[in-house]
Amino acid sequence: MASTAGAAPVAVADVEPDTGRRRGLTGYLLILPGVLWLVLFFVVPFYSLVATSLYDPAGSDFRGYEMTYHFQNYWTALQEYWTPLVRSLVYGGIATLFCLVLGYVLAYAIAFKTGRWKNLMLVLVIAPFFTSFLVRTLSWKLILADDGFVVDFLQTVHLLGEDGRLLATPVAVVAGLTYNFLPFMVLPLYASIDKIDHRLIEASSDLYANPFVGFWKVTWPLSLPGVVSGTLLTFIPAVGDYINAQLLGSPNQRMIGSVIQSQFTDANNYPIAAALSMILMLLILAMVLVYIRKAGTEELL
Amino acid sequence: MRWLREHLVLILGMLVLVYTFIPILVVVLMSFNDPASRNVYQFNEFTLYNWTHLCEPEGMCVALWRSVQIGFAATLVSTILGTLAAFALVRWDFALRSTTNLLIFLPMAAPEIVLGSSLLALFVAAGFAGNLGMITILIAHIMFCLSFVVVTVRSRLAGMSDTLEQAAADLYATPRQTFWRVTFPLVFPGILGAALLSFSLSFDDFIITNLNAGTTTTFPMYVWGAAQRGVPMQVNVVGTMMFAISVLIVVGAELNHRRRVRALV
Repeated sequence: MASTAGAAPVAVADVEPDTGRRRGLTGYLLILPGVLWLVLFFVVPFYSLVATSLYDPAGSDFRGYEMTYHFQNYWTALQEYWTPLVRSLVYGGIATLFCLVLGYVLAYAIAFKTGRWKNLMLVLVIAPFFTSFLVRTLSWKLILADDGFVVDFLQTVHLLGEDGRLLATPVAVVAGLTYNFLPFMVLPLYASIDKIDHRLIEASSDLYANPFVGFWKVTWPLSLPGVVSGTLLTFIPAVGDYINAQLLGSPNQRMIGSVIQSQFTDANNYPIAAALSMILMLLILAMVLVYIRKAGTEELL
Repeated sequence: MRWLREHLVLILGMLVLVYTFIPILVVVLMSFNDPASRNVYQFNEFTLYNWTHLCEPEGMCVALWRSVQIGFAATLVSTILGTLAAFALVRWDFALRSTTNLLIFLPMAAPEIVLGSSLLALFVAAGFAGNLGMITILIAHIMFCLSFVVVTVRSRLAGMSDTLEQAAADLYATPRQTFWRVTFPLVFPGILGAALLSFSLSFDDFIITNLNAGTTTTFPMYVWGAAQRGVPMQVNVVGTMMFAISVLIVVGAELNHRRRVRALV
């Protein structure tokens, strides 16, 4: 976006103040196929999700569903599945926090400490995530296994009891979520930190701020846009994910995505599944709006 | 001690980087493993068997090939539609610009499970519930790849100044010549990047595909099913190959870029 602004003055100089964009039918023709695809397979499906969530729950996919504006579905879904719902939000939140800490350290080190190796480092950050998501997660299952070296080590230092385990516990699920969504945190953080003018940090130390104060008063506020987009990009997919919970956890760590999936495909309970899906989206939307507003005001302070 | 204090951030950062590679190391190691039994998931003995008998597990290679085909088809369509849209957004003026931007942004922000379940709701409502398969998977994949293509190509286009294009026009190039000889070669790396991103998004997708696939099995769905019974070691071979191929592509692009930069100097 910044670069469009940079190109604008040329246009401003010789034509009337506009963006340098051409007018005409061609623009519409170019954008039409893409927009049409998104309307047909993103907007329209969303309407049918809303409709499905209000169907009469007595129907089935054989007999068909009747539209009865059954708002009761939402209440039923909440009553029955509030635990996996809250659990998903909590796991997603904790994983996002861990990602923020790990991702910040990594992004900061790459932006400020690796010099001409920056590009290579960025490639290395993304590289592990080119292997299949499921294969990566299964690999964690092996690492955290009961007779694996991590559990052995934790038992030797008595952080874990003799028959303590990591698999099938919330620890494994959160660890898996943290690992799998880390690049969604690192890349936006890096983009933000890399833009920070290093002279500002030097100025703070010239004015006798110690490194911690300098970080807190200069680096952190300037990296906030990256923090906000990174946490959102991590939190949203992490809450909806059920692969980690299913492969690394037990039924006690079941997340909401898994409930929605099985209500759709195994139980064929479309109205409840659609209602749950809607609740998940509305909850995330509400949290995101509150969060953005809060981060926005903090930025102003 | 002083050295440690000065390099603390770098050391911690590199530790995080090492941590991201641990599972990959395990995958590569297990691809050479001769397991003691089907359920024991531990390194037992070195073997090349998994590499030479890649397609031995029933259904794996079929699913793998299907995922490759879906990946190519989804990439082709979403890259074309997305590139056209990106050109329109950067170069052309039209009504409802901010609505269009929102429409492109939202699919990237919505959780996959919501995208997948709304598509399924549509397919069921349209009476397509019995015909879920390749077509519905493709529709879904093109939908979620499209936004990523638009964003990638758009940022490349927006970062380009139009001085070279103006120079071409000054030298009496027709608009068509200007586009194919100047604009397109300059945008091409962005389009290529977008295509690679689409392919890997499509190839790796599980949550949306699983809802809309019916009885068709893609590679991630095969792994998911296998995880309930005991995963064949060949899955790790595929994981290793995916890692190696993508690293080769990315490193190759970087080397090519450096060579061209050096040639210009």
